[in-house]
Amino acid sequence: MTATIEPEVGKARLRKEDERLITGRTRWTDNLTVPGLLHLAFLRSPSAHAKILAIDVAAAVRLPGVIAVITGRDIAQAQGSLPCAWPITPDMKAPPAPSLAVDQVNFAGEAVAVVVARSAVEAHDALEAIDVDYEDLPVVLDMEAAVADGADLVHPDLGTNKSALWVFDSAEAGTGGDVETAIAEAEVRIERTYRQQRLIPAFMEPRSVLVDPTGPQITMWSSTQVPHILRLMLALTTGTPEHKIRVIAPDVGGGFGGKLQVTPEEVVAMVVAQRLGKPVKWTESRSESLVSAHHGRDQIQKLTLTAKRDGTVTGLKVELLADMGAYLRLVTPGVPILGAFMFNSIYKFPAYRFACTNVFTTKTPTDAYRGAGRPEATFAIERLMDELAAELGRDPIEVREQNWIRNDEFPFTTVCGLEYDTGNYEAATARAKELFDYDGLRAEQRERRERGDSVQLGIGVSTFTEMCGLAPSRVLGSLSYGAGGWEHAAVRMLPSGKVEVVTGSSAHGQGHETAWSQIVADQLGVPFEDVEVLHGDTQVSQKGLDTYGSRSLTVGAMAVLKAGEKVIAKARVIAAHLLECAEDDLEFAGGKFTVKGTEKATGLTDIALAVFAAHDLPDGVEPSLDSEATYDPENFSFPHGTHLCAVDVDTETGFVKIRKYVCVDDIGTVVNPIIVEGQVHGGLAQGLAQALYEEAVHDESGTLTTGTLADYLVPSAVDLPHFDTDRTETPSTTNQLGVKGVGEAGTIASTPAVVNAVVDAVRHFGVRDIQMPCTPQRVWTAINGGPTDAGGLGNEAGGGLGSIDASGGAL
Amino acid sequence: MRITVTVDGTTYTDEVEPRQLLVHYLRETIGKVGTVIGCDTSNCGACTVHLDGQSVKSCSVLAVQVDGSEITTVEGLARDGRLHPVQQAFHDNHALQCGFCTPGMIMQSIDLLAENPDPDENAVRHGLEGNLCRCTGYQNIVRAVRDAAHKMRPGAGPDAERVEHSPSHAVGGE
Repeated sequence: MTATIEPEVGKARLRKEDERLITGRTRWTDNLTVPGLLHLAFLRSPSAHAKILAIDVAAAVRLPGVIAVITGRDIAQAQGSLPCAWPITPDMKAPPAPSLAVDQVNFAGEAVAVVVARSAVEAHDALEAIDVDYEDLPVVLDMEAAVADGADLVHPDLGTNKSALWVFDSAEAGTGGDVETAIAEAEVRIERTYRQQRLIPAFMEPRSVLVDPTGPQITMWSSTQVPHILRLMLALTTGTPEHKIRVIAPDVGGGFGGKLQVTPEEVVAMVVAQRLGKPVKWTESRSESLVSAHHGRDQIQKLTLTAKRDGTVTGLKVELLADMGAYLRLVTPGVPILGAFMFNSIYKFPAYRFACTNVFTTKTPTDAYRGAGRPEATFAIERLMDELAAELGRDPIEVREQNWIRNDEFPFTTVCGLEYDTGNYEAATARAKELFDYDGLRAEQRERRERGDSVQLGIGVSTFTEMCGLAPSRVLGSLSYGAGGWEHAAVRMLPSGKVEVVTGSSAHGQGHETAWSQIVADQLGVPFEDVEVLHGDTQVSQKGLDTYGSRSLTVGAMAVLKAGEKVIAKARVIAAHLLECAEDDLEFAGGKFTVKGTEKATGLTDIALAVFAAHDLPDGVEPSLDSEATYDPENFSFPHGTHLCAVDVDTETGFVKIRKYVCVDDIGTVVNPIIVEGQVHGGLAQGLAQALYEEAVHDESGTLTTGTLADYLVPSAVDLPHFDTDRTETPSTTNQLGVKGVGEAGTIASTPAVVNAVVDAVRHFGVRDIQMPCTPQRVWTAINGGPTDAGGLGNEAGGGLGSIDASGGAL
Repeated sequence: MRITVTVDGTTYTDEVEPRQLLVHYLRETIGKVGTVIGCDTSNCGACTVHLDGQSVKSCSVLAVQVDGSEITTVEGLARDGRLHPVQQAFHDNHALQCGFCTPGMIMQSIDLLAENPDPDENAVRHGLEGNLCRCTGYQNIVRAVRDAAHKMRPGAGPDAERVEHSPSHAVGGE
């Protein structure tokens, strides 16, 4: 036994995961094959809204290599309806969601038929030979028009395009005052409408699924974030008993919420494999992925913030329209609700009201995308705080500080009733200002403004918080979510002293194998190298709720820690027996039980071997140290941070260049600083991309015009700046590890920092908003006497497509 | 059509369809699944390999075009159990998360360093413009490429692929 002396937690360990990935020894789902494998290709609707009058597959079936062509009608019963696990209100309207459309298509890209062939190319070739007769229906693209009286309906049977109205009111909840009173009495009122454009998660690995029905269990390999949820949902959707299904998520190439789904293709692959008794595989093209994998964001936010003339905020009213797209997928309706408790952010609002109307349109369904609800909320409040500062003629950081929860006020119960355990907004902000040279840049800004420089400097602030660690099960219950928020883990002591850790939190790039090994190495006193972390296969990790919502460390690793505690407790009984002492006389440290005040000791490795032999155990003691635990968090955790962005805006071209980006995040205790920094960088990249580059644009017929990576602008290395990152460390008190979660922080915080900077650069031209993404065209238009909100909402050619230019904001 | 091609040091002769892309040949015909496909418009660069020493997006080359050529993929970089310095640098600098873009990113980085043995940050960013990563925000990739450049001085090329860098295969957990 090598006792680890320096703690592993906090150490900048290089990742265990890397070796396979950098040498190409990977197991992406599309890499896998089994004997007799058949291939699937999906025919997708080119129309956004149409009745299916007929599908003629006769010609396709006759093509070489084609085994079968299956339509929605063929499997209408077997495919069931895709699950939605989050009925946010008792009267929520949810249409049936067939995996293959049966009578009607409701978005362009919806699957209508599937070809099964001996090779992928033969399957794709056959798609062209399928003849579908569509009768077009009116498209529903604009949310405001969709909820107006007499609107064309996406699902006529529902009688409305409104899926649900969800309200939180602090006066009704008893957690604060009445917002209408605050508005009536307001000395300052800031009213704005912001648009969260539609985004596409655009994980790098296209989705892929392989189903082998030939074993005792039907095995599905899928590029999914949620193997455990998928298994249960496949059972409930197709009627196949749960214990007859095994789901494996092998190497998964990114998710960002985009693979938190039960997809039509997974269900169809399972049904087809069962029907044919043969293994089948489907791998999507990038174009298929962009049009048919779920999208994210897409809200219209009508906001009213009230304050006293001295800058003290008095109320916040939020009215949202949230685009569901054509169907409710796994957690679609709940995504905007995850933002409901975050609009108030770190500020002491005495009155708050949130009302969200979920709306159907004939577009690709939306669902979770990195941050899920919280980036939208953070954007709104951080933009509003800058607008309040501008209205009052004050520094935006000063106005924030006047209103935020002071360090000596924690724990603090917010106007939403959430208890924030810890936070130190002062420290993070002070450090960020120092790294940024805030005062120096403000001075330069004044100088350049006075000089009339054609390139103007803008400075943007975002002091964010988020709720992480999804989630206390009772809270999810109170929000009508269909499951709990616990996580499961097991720790297995092998006879040789090596350790296997099983986690229900299935990683896809986050570095769980490395981080969990560090935690267990410290806890059990074993070398980092002696820990193997197993996940992502329901036969190995039989129980779990998977990876999303920055929950893995705060919930998943906590479960590991709890299982480890049980291992030590079991070992203690045996150690006392072997050392012939009372259990209370033993101390455990560095992997060893020592009799207090003596040299007598035995190591966990020796105990593991003794347990394996089981020759000499105390009476009634089971010969195993292996333990499992299911951990349900008591509260959320609340990471926070201060992000500062400086942009140069060329007022002659509208081009925005990020000159400096500083963020100081407080994510509590850090297990591995390298992994943390990587998560922050990646999060920032996606938040910046929303601010400046990315938008899913539809034309007037509902066709996605940003359907390739040439049009949907995932930023390249040239498009992104260097990030200066630092941390303050205020441990969370809601979990033993003191961790808060970091997966979404960068994405949530950065978008408003960038847009605030862009608006700040051109505010003296009378600009007070520029819609995202802040393309050169939009910025130039805003500067050059266009409407001050650079386009407004829903008044554009093409029926208000959620874009200022129907040709595509991405241009 | 019949082609003969050397991939990662092994020579293969195969019948291929005239329309088959190099990346499909690599993955499906000879099982080199370390090279991956990330898009269908040649924007992402995940499928980048070396064709006779030059980087190429293998989704943009037909299999028949490589008849008589030498291909190196990410699977052929490590020699005698030692990582290529660029592979090592990606590990050392945490330049990957999910790892899907990594094969293409590494192959393009090697090509970049062969042309410019000491690129500054801007040159690295421009040299990798055709390779998309969704996880890292590129900062650690830039750091890795510059670190590799430093370690490979006086320059990249076949010699650098064969030698030096002492921590052999020193990936954590081994």
